[in-house]
Amino acid sequence: MRRKKTIVTLTTALAPAERALNVLGTDLTEKGLRRYLNGIAGVDAVGLEQRAAALGTRSIKTTSKRWALDTIISLIDLTTLEGADTRGKVRSLAAKAITPDASDPDCGPVAAICVYGDMVPDAVAALGAHHGAPDRGKIAVAAVATAFPSGRASLPVKLSDTSDAVAAGADEIDMVIDRGAFLAGNYGRVFDEIVAVKETCRREDGTSAHLKVILETGELNTYDNVRRASWLAILAGGDFIKTSTGKVSPAATLPVTLLMLEVVRDWYKLTGQKIGVKPAGGIRSSKDAIKYLVTVAETAGEEWLQPHLFRFGASSLLNDVLMQRQKMTTGHYSGPDYVTID
Amino acid sequence: MTRLAVLKTYKLYIGGKFPRSESGRVYELTGADGSFIANVARASRKDARDAVVAARAAVTGWSGATGYNRGQVLYRIAELLEGRRAQFVDEICRQEGVTAKQAGEQVDTAIDRWVWYAGWADKYVQVAGNGNPVSGPYFNLSTPEPTGVVAIIAPQHPTPSASLLGFVSAIAPALVSGNTVVVVASEKTPLSAISLSEVLATSDVPGGVINILTGSPAEIAPWLASHADVNALDLLGAGDLDWVDLQIDAAETLKRVLPPEAGPDAASPSIDRITFFTETKTVWHTKGMI
Amino acid sequence: MTISFLDYAPAPESRAILDLRETYGLFINGEFVDGRGTPFPSISPATEETITTVATADADDVDAAVQAARVAYTRTWSTMSGADRGKYLFRIARLVQERARELAVAESLDNGKPIKESRDIDIPLVAAWFFYYAGWADKLDHAGLGASPASLGVAAQVIPWNFPMLMLAWKIAPALAAGNTVVLKPAETTPLTALLFAEIVQQAGLPEGVVNIITGAGQTGELLVNHPDVDKVAFTGSTAVGRRIARSTAGTGKKLTLELGGKAANIVFDDAPIDQAIEGIVNGIFFNQGHVCCAGSRLLVQESIHDEVIDRLKDRLSTLRLGDPLDKNTDIGAINSAAQLARITELSAVGEDEGAERWSPECVLPEKGFWFAPTIFTNVSTSHRIAREEIFGPVLSVLTFRTPAEAVAKANNTPYGLSAGIWTDKGSRILAVADKLRAGVIWANTFNKLDPASPFGGYKESGYGREGGRHGLAAYLKPAGTSPALTAVAAQTTEAVAEPVAEPVTASAATTRTSATPSAKPRRTSKKATK
Repeated sequence: MRRKKTIVTLTTALAPAERALNVLGTDLTEKGLRRYLNGIAGVDAVGLEQRAAALGTRSIKTTSKRWALDTIISLIDLTTLEGADTRGKVRSLAAKAITPDASDPDCGPVAAICVYGDMVPDAVAALGAHHGAPDRGKIAVAAVATAFPSGRASLPVKLSDTSDAVAAGADEIDMVIDRGAFLAGNYGRVFDEIVAVKETCRREDGTSAHLKVILETGELNTYDNVRRASWLAILAGGDFIKTSTGKVSPAATLPVTLLMLEVVRDWYKLTGQKIGVKPAGGIRSSKDAIKYLVTVAETAGEEWLQPHLFRFGASSLLNDVLMQRQKMTTGHYSGPDYVTID
Repeated sequence: MTRLAVLKTYKLYIGGKFPRSESGRVYELTGADGSFIANVARASRKDARDAVVAARAAVTGWSGATGYNRGQVLYRIAELLEGRRAQFVDEICRQEGVTAKQAGEQVDTAIDRWVWYAGWADKYVQVAGNGNPVSGPYFNLSTPEPTGVVAIIAPQHPTPSASLLGFVSAIAPALVSGNTVVVVASEKTPLSAISLSEVLATSDVPGGVINILTGSPAEIAPWLASHADVNALDLLGAGDLDWVDLQIDAAETLKRVLPPEAGPDAASPSIDRITFFTETKTVWHTKGMI
Repeated sequence: MTISFLDYAPAPESRAILDLRETYGLFINGEFVDGRGTPFPSISPATEETITTVATADADDVDAAVQAARVAYTRTWSTMSGADRGKYLFRIARLVQERARELAVAESLDNGKPIKESRDIDIPLVAAWFFYYAGWADKLDHAGLGASPASLGVAAQVIPWNFPMLMLAWKIAPALAAGNTVVLKPAETTPLTALLFAEIVQQAGLPEGVVNIITGAGQTGELLVNHPDVDKVAFTGSTAVGRRIARSTAGTGKKLTLELGGKAANIVFDDAPIDQAIEGIVNGIFFNQGHVCCAGSRLLVQESIHDEVIDRLKDRLSTLRLGDPLDKNTDIGAINSAAQLARITELSAVGEDEGAERWSPECVLPEKGFWFAPTIFTNVSTSHRIAREEIFGPVLSVLTFRTPAEAVAKANNTPYGLSAGIWTDKGSRILAVADKLRAGVIWANTFNKLDPASPFGGYKESGYGREGGRHGLAAYLKPAGTSPALTAVAAQTTEAVAEPVAEPVTASAATTRTSATPSAKPRRTSKKATK
C-alpha cells in the first residue's frame, strides 16, 4: 500500500507505521509508545557484558575460520565518511570493494560501500556493473543521511538529504536518530522522524531503499536505552538497526551488538519478520569480527549471517581479514605491504 | 503472729504462657538446708516439643525486629530484674545456701550481663560482618544472621553462681542476634529461672522467644538434640550428661553445637557466644551503571 | 549455506603440555612415597582411558602423613613468621599462574569439565585464592579474633571431585596462612591436580611436611578425619558423609567445618532482566555439568512468565555444545564418574515417574565415557524428589510461584541452605528477598560467582563454617590464650566424666530416633582428651 509522505507535526499523534499499529494496536500515541517501551524487560549490564565476553571466547579454527573470514568480507560495508572525501577516494574505495585482494581473484566482494549522500553518484559510477544487491554477489551503495552524524537539522533538511541520496541511486540509507529527542523522552518525535525517512526512501517505481537506523549507542549510553531505541526503530519501520556513526566513542561494542541481536531475535519471535543488525565503528581485527559472527549465530541464528541481515560498518577491518586469509592460504603470516591501502 | 505465706506454684514457661508439664509430673525441690521449697514441674519430651514449636513460631518476629528494638527489649529485662532484686536474692540464698551478699552480687552481675548483651544487638553485625572486595563488578556484603531455634542446657551446678547468672549467661547471647531459645534450667536450682520467666512475661520479650523447661536435662536433652526443627545446641551445662551422644544426635541435622563448659570462666561474656549462633550470609549484587 | 558455522571446527587444547608419570605415590613429608594400599587408576570420564595410576594410603600411611604434618607444625610452620608463611603462599600463587594451562588441561582430563571452565575459572581462582590468603598470613591480628590468634595444628582436609584443584586451594591456602599444616585427600576420581600441586609445593621450597597429599577412596578419608592427632577437620562433599564426620568427631574437640550439599532456588521475578536471567539459569545449573553444590537446581519462576522463560531457556539450551572437555568450544563436558551418571539417570527417571515433564535439546552423546544431556523438568511439584534431592548433575527442576512471599517460602522449604539466586530489576525487592532467604550465599542478578574475598558456606544441612574471606580464616584459628567457649572442650570432658550423672537417661529418650542410617552411628570412643 502506498502512503502519502507524512507531514510530520510532532504532536501527540504519531505517524502511522504498520508494524507499530500491529503491535501496539490503536494506542499509537506518544503515551502508548512510552508505556510499551518502558514495559520491556530491563538489561543487567554485568550479565550482558559477561555473556558477550563468553561468546568472545569461542575458538574458531581451520575450516570454520576460513568460512568466517570469507563471510566477514561479504558482510562489510566498506566505509569512508570524511569531510575530505573526494571522487578519487570513492573510486579507490569502490575498486577495493570489487577486488579486495588483488593477489587472490577468489576473494569475493564486500557487501556495500558506504559514503556521504553527495558521493553517491560517484560511488554508483565507480561500481558500474558491480553495483547491485549484495545477496546476489553485487555491491550496494549505502548513503548516510539525515544530517549525519549529529542529526541536528530540521526535519525537511533531513528528508531532502535522504531523498537526494535515494534519487542519486543509493540502495541503502543509514539515518541517524535524534538522540537529543530520545534522551529528552520524546520517543514520539524520534518515531515520527524514522517513519518520515522511511517514507522518503520510497522510489518512484514503488521499490524502496533499505533503511538502516543508527541509534548512536555511545550517546544513548545505557543498555536500557539501547534496547528501547532498538524496539522503537523497528516499530517505526527500520530494516536494519545500526549501532553507531563511527564518530562517537564508544562505537560498536560486542555487548551492545548482542543486545540489539536479542531485540531482533525477539522481534522475529513476535512477528516472523527479520530485521538486520549493523555494528559500525571500532571493529578493526578479524579476531574481533569473528566474535561478532559467533554472537550473531548463537543469538539470532546462523541465518542472520547474510548481507541483508548483518553488516559490519568498517574501513580498516577488511585489510586485517585479508592478511589473515593470506595466512591461511600460504601458511605464513602476511604484512601490511601485501594488502592495499585505499 | 506471723502471716501465713502464699506459696508459689512453679511451672514451665512456653510460648509466653505458664503451663504445667503435660505429663502432670513434678519433682520435689529442696533448699540447700534440705527443707522443702516447691514441687517443680518436670517437663516431658512433649513439653520440649511444644517449646520448640513456640520457639519456631517466634523466630520471624524476633529475628525480624531491628537490633535497636531487640536491644531495648533485652535492656528492659535488666530494668525489671533490678526492681525484683530482693526476690532473686532470697531465692538464690534458699537454693544455693549462700549469703545474702553473695546472692546480691550474683544478681547484680546477672543484671549487668543483660545490659552488656543488650548493647550488642545493634552492633554485632558491624563487628562480624564484612564488605568483601571481590574481583568484579559486584557489591558483596557478608552479614551474620540468627541461626534460628537454639536449644540450651543451662549450667546445672549451684556453683559458680549458676541459678541466675549461669542461666542468664546461657540465654542472653543467643537472643542478641534474634534466635529464639528453648532452655533447660538447672535441675537442682531452677527457682531463679522460673522467677525470671515471670519477669520475662511482664517484660517486652515476645512470647515464644524464651521458653524455659524445668526437670531432668538427661531426659529432655536428647529430644532437643535430635529435634529436626532445632538449629543449634548449646551444651553449656551438659557436662554431666552423655553430651557426646547429644552431639552425635545433633549431627543428624547438622546442628551447630557448642560443647559444655565448666569452671569460673564458663559462659563468660563474649561476642563469640553471640556469633556462634549466627550464620554468615553473603549477598552478591551486580553493579552496572549503564 | 552449505557449511554450518555453528558446528565450529574442533579446537582441542593440546595435551602435550602435560608430562604425567605413569604412577603417583603419596606426597608425605616433602616427597613422593609408595602407598601401602592397593593402587588404583584415575580415568578420564570422557573416554574412560586410564590417565595414570595412583596410590592408596592405608592406616599406616595416614599415620605417617599426620605425623609428618605434626612434626612440621611443631618444628617449623607454627614458629615461622607470618610474613615468611605469606611469602611461601605467594610463591605458590605464582607457580600456579605459571603452570596454569598445564593444570587446566590436567583438570579437564581428569574431571571431565570443559577446558574453558578449568582454564578461565578453576585455575585462575586457585591462584587468586593463594594470593588472597598469602597476604593474610602476617595480618592475623586483624582477622577478628583479637590479637595474636593461634593456629590449630594439623588440619585433615577431604575434598570432592567437582572442583578438584579449586577445593584444594580453598582448603590449603587459609590453613597454611593461619599457621596450620595439612594432610589433604583429594577425591578418588580426581587426584591428578592435587598430585601436580605436590610438585608445585616442591618447586616453592615449602618446608617438608607442611603440605601432605594422600590419595585413596572413602576409607582413606575416614582414617584421616578420625586420626587422633588431627586438630581440625575440613570437609567438602555430600551431606551424608558430612553428617558421618560430624558424628565421628563429636566430643573429640576437633574443630570442624563442613561444606555440604544444596538444592538452591533460583528465583526469577516477572520484572527480571530476562536475557541475563536466562543466562543465569543456564550458568546456575549447567556450569560444570551441574556438579556444583551451590547449583541453582530449583528454578522458581513467577507463574506469569513461566512459558516465556521456558521457551527462551529451551532455545538457549539448544546452542549448548556437549562433548570433548578439552575442546575450547565445549560448554558441557563429561559426567565425572559412572556412579554419578547412574545417580543422575536414576533421579531423572524418578522425575518422569512422578509426573514431571522432561525435556532435553537434541544432543548427540559420545559413545565412550559418561555423558548426560542437559535436561529440564517442568511441571515439578515441591513434593517431587527431583525438587528436594540434590541431583548433582545437569538437571533443572522448574517450579512456579505467584508472589514474592510464596517464592521465599518455597525457596526456604528445604533442609539445605547453601545458596540462592534472585532475578529482578527492583533493587528494593532484591534486598528484602535476600534478607529472608535462608542460605549462605545469595546471588542477585548473577549466579555461581566465587571469589577468595567472599565467604562461602551454608545454613542448616548445607554445613557450617565459611570458606573465603576473613571468615574463612577464622575456620583455622582460635583466639589467643584460653578460649573456654569454643575450643577447650577436652579439658572439661575429663572432669565431666568423673562426676556422677544426675539422672539416668531413659532408654526411650536415647534410642527413639528417625535416623535413616542408624547403623552409621558410631560409639563414643574419644570422650577423653587426646592431647
